[in-house]
Amino acid sequence: MAESDIIVVETAEKIFADLADPQTINNDKNNSWQAPLWQALSEAGLPLSWVPDDLGGSGASLADGFALLNAAGRFAVAVPLAETMLAGWLLAQAKIASPEGEMTIVPASPKDRITLDADGALSGRARGVPFAKTAKHFAVLAHGKDGASIALIDAAKARIEAGLNVGYDHSDTVTLDKVQPVAIKPAPNGFEQTHLMLMGGVARSLQIAGALESMLDISVRYSNERVAFEKKISKFQAVQHNLARLAGESAAALAAATSAADAIANARSFNDEIYLEAASAKIRCAEAAEKGGGIAHQVHGAIGFTMEHILHRYSLRALAWRDDFGSESYWAVELGKLVANRGADELWPLVASR
Amino acid sequence: MTAALRFDPIRLPEKCEQLRKEVRAFLAEEIAAGTFDPHKPNREDTDAPEFSRRVGAKGWLGMTWPKKYGGQERSFLERYVVTEEMRVANAPTRRFFVADRQSGPVLLKYAPEHIKMEILPRICRGEICFAIGMSEPNSGSDLFAAKTRATKTDGGYLINGTKIWTSSAHIADYMIAIFRTSPPTKENRRHGLTQFLVKMKQPGIKVNPIGQITGQYEFNEVVFTDHFIPDDHVLGEVDGAWKQATSELAYERSGPERFLETYYVLTELVRAVGPNPDTRSAEGIGRLVAQLHTMRRMSVSVAGMLEAGKEPVVEASIVKDIGTVWEQQLPNRVRDLAAFVEETASNRETLERQLDFAIKTAPKLTIQGGTTEVLRGIIARGLGLR
Repeated sequence: MAESDIIVVETAEKIFADLADPQTINNDKNNSWQAPLWQALSEAGLPLSWVPDDLGGSGASLADGFALLNAAGRFAVAVPLAETMLAGWLLAQAKIASPEGEMTIVPASPKDRITLDADGALSGRARGVPFAKTAKHFAVLAHGKDGASIALIDAAKARIEAGLNVGYDHSDTVTLDKVQPVAIKPAPNGFEQTHLMLMGGVARSLQIAGALESMLDISVRYSNERVAFEKKISKFQAVQHNLARLAGESAAALAAATSAADAIANARSFNDEIYLEAASAKIRCAEAAEKGGGIAHQVHGAIGFTMEHILHRYSLRALAWRDDFGSESYWAVELGKLVANRGADELWPLVASR
Repeated sequence: MTAALRFDPIRLPEKCEQLRKEVRAFLAEEIAAGTFDPHKPNREDTDAPEFSRRVGAKGWLGMTWPKKYGGQERSFLERYVVTEEMRVANAPTRRFFVADRQSGPVLLKYAPEHIKMEILPRICRGEICFAIGMSEPNSGSDLFAAKTRATKTDGGYLINGTKIWTSSAHIADYMIAIFRTSPPTKENRRHGLTQFLVKMKQPGIKVNPIGQITGQYEFNEVVFTDHFIPDDHVLGEVDGAWKQATSELAYERSGPERFLETYYVLTELVRAVGPNPDTRSAEGIGRLVAQLHTMRRMSVSVAGMLEAGKEPVVEASIVKDIGTVWEQQLPNRVRDLAAFVEETASNRETLERQLDFAIKTAPKLTIQGGTTEVLRGIIARGLGLR
């Protein structure tokens, strides 16, 4: 980690520890922790990390922002930090200034498409948009006859059918019906929806990796406290081996996600190598969320299945994050096609490219 | 907090990419010259002494070692590139692989100077082959239960007993083995074993081949009967082998050989499905490639951390655990997908022949060089569970 990463991460971790302690917010039935947390994050400039100074943001590097998302995953932060960061990043691609307040991205799935009419209005439906219900603005990627455009729209102009993902966070259907944007500009040459989806996928991968780190941590701690058959359950070889496998899944998720983040942060163009990194991260982290989260629950037994215990804050969010910006099976099909299209003898050179 | 696992995202330096091109060019020449067939992992004759010498002449053996012993003083990341390219090409590395990865580093650390000067340059030239004498008929994973005795005599030791599952012993010039010099103590059951350099093909050593379920004969039983080893072939502390056995494990456990052993079936599957796969094949291939890429990035990361002087022991054990489980499952996942390959695929027979061999190879992958169970015990210790 570079020194600037450490400063951003330390700032964020202090805020999370003070205002988003998992046990404290888990006991809070009316979500009164959300507003103070968002305010503290905003005052520290974190939601607009990826927006340059002249567009209203704090101008942190991509690497800093990725490290921040990993830290947010370690606390299973349930405010639209990642979404606002991605929205600010998308707007900045077209040099559109970011407004204050919560934002999210439309569309949030590779299968949905927003269209741009000849008269400059936006239409279309996007499913599974995280935190659309509470966001003030949406950053939209739209397609018109002249190619892709990036737009900022007022959330009040959209029709929103509220929903919840398996982690109990908002995941809503957004319908745009000839919505006039607050601002709209052409996307940079060559910018495609795939790039936005892979960027979102890497963000989710880092969050999943962070959540798995915490699941490993609390599972190890619990196994060293819980006594059964007159000894700590951590002394049973079957439990030890399960936890070793959880460590493996956590490690794989961390390695895949941070590798992809590093690749994107240092990329000069969007090529097959970046595609491999980002798609692999989403696929492997989603697999780890299932396997690793399952072990964490197994180690905890019934207590981990209660709303009172914090484990579900991590395990269910990690499972929910699999769905955003393309699921692992979607990306596996796309990556498989890319590999097949390049041909058998070009597989190893791709894998060994960095 | 549990000790945090680290997998720094290492980028291979520019010099590695240059080296990679050289290795690929060299291997392409060898293939063209008929030294080996990259599509045939199940070669009948896996010993290729002339190839070994040519690899040595390139400076690719002992490449991280000091120049005075014939090494190149190059980085672990460069060695990593050579190792992975050789593995992916199915190059016949049997003759030099153990010496380069494992035996050389042990000699560097524990052998007397005159032995280092005599043997290390020969490893670097690709002239000599090493075996590792650890397991015995009644001690495998439980290394410190070894019973083969080394009894002190004038000027050295007399060895009596049996090592088993010893890969390459039938072609090896040397073995690095552990023998019992004292009984274990009450306080320390690991006490009493000593590491020795054994010169093979000498009186008192009999090598008996053992057939494997793949049809190959690459491991052996090695019987010692009053075999004499001189004093200067003791490696490190007498009775203290247990202190020496652990430090190099990170190097052994995390290399590309720990997830690439059955890689060839994936390449062949991609060839068989062609450029426009159906959804099922595409998804299957995509997942396998994502898992492979992740394994490799973990493995490269450990190599980078080793190069930076860190000791990622737990991370290395994790790489071997999930890497070997992955390469073990790979042939069966490829088989699942191969069931849908068109009858007319031009490489169908090659793929089937490879699968036949890979499926038979798979069971050993989570046993050799430290079983999954042993690795998970090490990881559990690193997590603070024992």
